[in-house]
Amino acid sequence: MKNPPILTVKNLSVVFPDSNGGLHALENISFEVCPRDFICFLGPSGSGKTTLLRILAGLLKPTSGQVDFIHNQQPKIGMVFQQAHLMPWRSVMDNIKLPLELEGMDESQARIKAQEMVELVGLNGFEDSWPRELSGGMAQRVGIARALIHDPDLLLLDEPFASLDAITRERMWVELSRIWQVKQKTIIMVTHSINESLFLADDVLVLTQRPGQIKLEVKVDLPRPRNDDIRYTPHFGKLARKLRGAIE
Amino acid sequence: MKISFSRWLGLFSIIIGILGWGLIVRLSGLPRFILPSPLDVWTRLLRSLADGSLLYHTSVTLLEITLGLLVGVTLATVLGYMLAKSHSLEKILSPYLVASQAVPVVAIAPLLVIWLGHGIISKVVICALIVFFPVLVNTVVGVRAVPPALYDMMNSLRASRWQVMTKLEVPASMPVLLAGLRIGATLSVIGAIVGELVDAKEGLGYLLKVGDFQYDTSMVFVAVIMLVALALSLYGIVTLLEKRFLKWQNK
Repeated sequence: MKNPPILTVKNLSVVFPDSNGGLHALENISFEVCPRDFICFLGPSGSGKTTLLRILAGLLKPTSGQVDFIHNQQPKIGMVFQQAHLMPWRSVMDNIKLPLELEGMDESQARIKAQEMVELVGLNGFEDSWPRELSGGMAQRVGIARALIHDPDLLLLDEPFASLDAITRERMWVELSRIWQVKQKTIIMVTHSINESLFLADDVLVLTQRPGQIKLEVKVDLPRPRNDDIRYTPHFGKLARKLRGAIE
Repeated sequence: MKISFSRWLGLFSIIIGILGWGLIVRLSGLPRFILPSPLDVWTRLLRSLADGSLLYHTSVTLLEITLGLLVGVTLATVLGYMLAKSHSLEKILSPYLVASQAVPVVAIAPLLVIWLGHGIISKVVICALIVFFPVLVNTVVGVRAVPPALYDMMNSLRASRWQVMTKLEVPASMPVLLAGLRIGATLSVIGAIVGELVDAKEGLGYLLKVGDFQYDTSMVFVAVIMLVALALSLYGIVTLLEKRFLKWQNK
């Protein structure tokens, strides 16, 4: 028996006004997310993936349709972007504890929690480093720690590993998988990488070219915890081929 | 070793300069009221220090500069922030702002002295006016240059407007803001002196003018040296601020 959904999206459409009748970014998107789900939206560039996340984050209003969170409350959001988007004037530690500062938590308590996050993402010893001193992978770990520290209801990942090199990216998949298992968060991720979506998600929703519509939903019934080897199993290959076929 | 050597290099250069100056005075045989020797200036400096006049006039000018900077920088950053946030406000005000820059402050200084009297207020206003524009422009540029993605990040965390300002906009625009302050600090010395030269009963500009009238050229030199010292200290303070606030930047 599954838990009731914490997020229900119904008939969501987004049109950006422009000179010729408006740009249709998303059309008639409906889906449900249950607690602790890891859902992935897979689609080519220009399929409105980022627009969808921006709506879920409350950064953008939909043109029509509904986005309802459980009990009609505003969820706490943690967001990870394509680039880490750290504040260069803050140390690693201070970047990570920013969300707690915004919530008004007192400094010493915030530092203790931030230290826990530093350990979770494996950045021990870099607490006082400046963002410019970090590699891309390390910066993105800081981004993930910052998105998790305030215990968000919903974690939104916008192609979080797109700017990393292939080897670092695959390492981060394993990391994220592990963190997700520890933290038991509800995650919605968008990506254009089939491997990434299969490696990480429970559920993959394929979006079409603009205007983005849900074309296919694939349940990823691969066992967890997943490791590198899983990508070379026949079942992984079968699912990947199915997803590939659905992407134009 | 290398660091200490290059530090001495600056001092060495100053000594050479003073020696060269002394040599020119001696070789040219110019009268003292045209070009005083370094020793003349030195004794004049000691004398004006001893009778307290130099420190008094320096403190007056310093007060004018400090107040002028304070007023100018405060108004410029507040207005600059508002301009950066509102394009319509920028459209409304920009003709006045550009026009005010087309008129050199030096040209309206006499007018300001007539209006505001020959006391300290007219100098503070001139000072503030001259500081205002570079700080304003840099504030606008700095605030507009805040990466949009960081706004998204703050908004996704439901940050209040006040938090966005204090935790994002102010620190993000600090480098450009301090660059503006650096220009403003140097200009503020010019502002105070221009005001004092027009009409004043005290201050380094007044000292300059008195020295000029009385052919006390050594006094003029002393006043100029004090002005340079003032400008350098202000510059030094801004550099310290940069060290304090921008230590995250790659040096």
